[in-house]
Amino acid sequence: MSLVLDIIISGLISGSILALLAIGFSLIFGVARIVNIAHTAFYMVAAYCIYVATTYLGLNAFVAMVIAVVLTTLLGMISYKLFINAIREHEAAVLIATIALGMIFQEIMSLFFTGSFLSVPALIEGYFIILGVKVFYQQLLTLCAGLLVMAVLMAFLFKTKLGLAIRSTAQDREVANLMGINEARLAMVTMGISVGLAAFTGAIVVPLTILEPQMWMPPLIMMMAVVVLGGLGSLKGSFVGAYILGFAEALVVFLAPMGAYLKGSVALCVMILVLLIRPEGLFGVYFEEER
Amino acid sequence: MKLILFYLRKLFTIIKNEVLVLPSRVAVALFFFFMLLMPVFTNDIYILRIFTLASIFAIFAASWDLLSGYTGQMNFGHALFFGVGAYGAALFNLHAQIPPWGSIPLGALVAVLAGLIIGIPSLRLKGTYLALTTLAFPIILLGLVFAFPSFTGGELGISGIAKLAPTRVADYYVVVVLMLGLCTIMWKITDSNTGIIFHAIREDEIAVRSSGVNTTRYKLLAFCLSGFFAGIAGGLYAHFMRIAGPSTLEVSLSFQVVIWAVFGGVVTIYGPVAAVFLLYPLLEFMHFAQDYRILLFAVIVLLTLLYMPDGLFRWLREKIETECPRCKVRNIATRDTCRICTAPLD
Repeated sequence: MSLVLDIIISGLISGSILALLAIGFSLIFGVARIVNIAHTAFYMVAAYCIYVATTYLGLNAFVAMVIAVVLTTLLGMISYKLFINAIREHEAAVLIATIALGMIFQEIMSLFFTGSFLSVPALIEGYFIILGVKVFYQQLLTLCAGLLVMAVLMAFLFKTKLGLAIRSTAQDREVANLMGINEARLAMVTMGISVGLAAFTGAIVVPLTILEPQMWMPPLIMMMAVVVLGGLGSLKGSFVGAYILGFAEALVVFLAPMGAYLKGSVALCVMILVLLIRPEGLFGVYFEEER
Repeated sequence: MKLILFYLRKLFTIIKNEVLVLPSRVAVALFFFFMLLMPVFTNDIYILRIFTLASIFAIFAASWDLLSGYTGQMNFGHALFFGVGAYGAALFNLHAQIPPWGSIPLGALVAVLAGLIIGIPSLRLKGTYLALTTLAFPIILLGLVFAFPSFTGGELGISGIAKLAPTRVADYYVVVVLMLGLCTIMWKITDSNTGIIFHAIREDEIAVRSSGVNTTRYKLLAFCLSGFFAGIAGGLYAHFMRIAGPSTLEVSLSFQVVIWAVFGGVVTIYGPVAAVFLLYPLLEFMHFAQDYRILLFAVIVLLTLLYMPDGLFRWLREKIETECPRCKVRNIATRDTCRICTAPLD
């Protein structure tokens, strides 16, 4: 029984984190057709921001979170303006540019903090026990915060005018442009939201993980798998895909021998199996211009 | 005697009329000479090692271009072929005692098999879906490598593999001659009818299919060819470094090859090769700034792309050569009229 609970908790948490990352990635892909490899690098930057703010500056953890999210969002928008906007027509060049950006962030972080493993104290210490399973308050907090932000984001996308603009541009860029939507500015705003989501994810996940400059790679791969599984540009797909892969990971870790090594492999195999049956992902649609 | 003289004269005419007229061809010829004569000028083991490794990666980058540049099948998991080639060669060498000249092609054949295995599910996917899915395959294999350390060596990899050649200079020649040969073969493939179909698949797959070409077969062929060349690069790497470790399957290697190819200019073959020979030694010689070199590398790549999004070497070629508007023959940029049809160049 406790094993089942362990699997549920671990699956829910990694699923929510993946969902937050994947939704941000999907948003900017849908609006601007940018495959932002550096997406999880922003998540890493935010995590380091929090480390600096809490450890060196001694700020309150909540203040640190706000600062980290704001700073990282600004950083994301600036790097979009400087490096990506100019070469947006060249798909391959954008890919390389974002890879290079990710590498730059990683190297800057390892220059400042070396490659050593760091950790940040939890927001709320302590734990409670249900059915013999230790549940840390921090885990619960991460889960709730993730779900809350997703709810806010959904409200934003489906109830506001800006959300409508984002959704319509994702559906058809040209027609959206004809209806008077400033596509260039919208791409900028969406980049901000997307990076902001990544930063927020970093902020809520940092007490649960170990900080190191390479920490952006594993979530990057899982996030891409989620996005492909759910269908590119589909928010619902990202949400469902994230929980599928999160639970797949959790099941492997707790049930299979050598699970910690195989969790990525099994999750990615799940993705490939789904793609064999539905090449456009669970909820994906083929974009008109891409045939 | 007369026959030899005839061929000599023919060679001389070809060099004079076909090679010396275009700066890019002169550059390629000079590159061949430079690579082959390198050990005459220097015996520094360190420099030879850098150029040997650069040659291995040049084969690897060119093979990426063959698949992803020409056919447009964005492969983000190209390290899979490299890693399978390396592990394959290492296992054949270690367990079946096959010497390098046999184990490297066998490893490459295993990589071809890997190309078939990932090609068949991947062929239904397009564009970004394909790119993100292929990224998964090396990771899956990496998980298996870590999960069965008794067979694959786990974190440490397989060591104790036979040397490629007895000395470093011999190593260098084996790799460089193979590199020059294989890259020429790849360039010839892309220049053939098959290569034209590859081009067409990238431009408009539906049009190709409606002209009666079985595109699936050609895409699978591209996967296999590319896997073969990348597998040879992997096998060479394993025998040269005498270790086949998990680093050959890592995401960073897959990204690295994309960086090389796009930096040099895709759909050219020469672009990725030239980019490797520029970037790899650059990264090595920057060891005086050990902490900053990857940062500098990324910044250089980023800034170059900002101004030359089509790739550095394509941009350079456009600067020094122009295409005749009438007969489509390339001319040096300083000419006023075309060298073949004398049409005025603009």
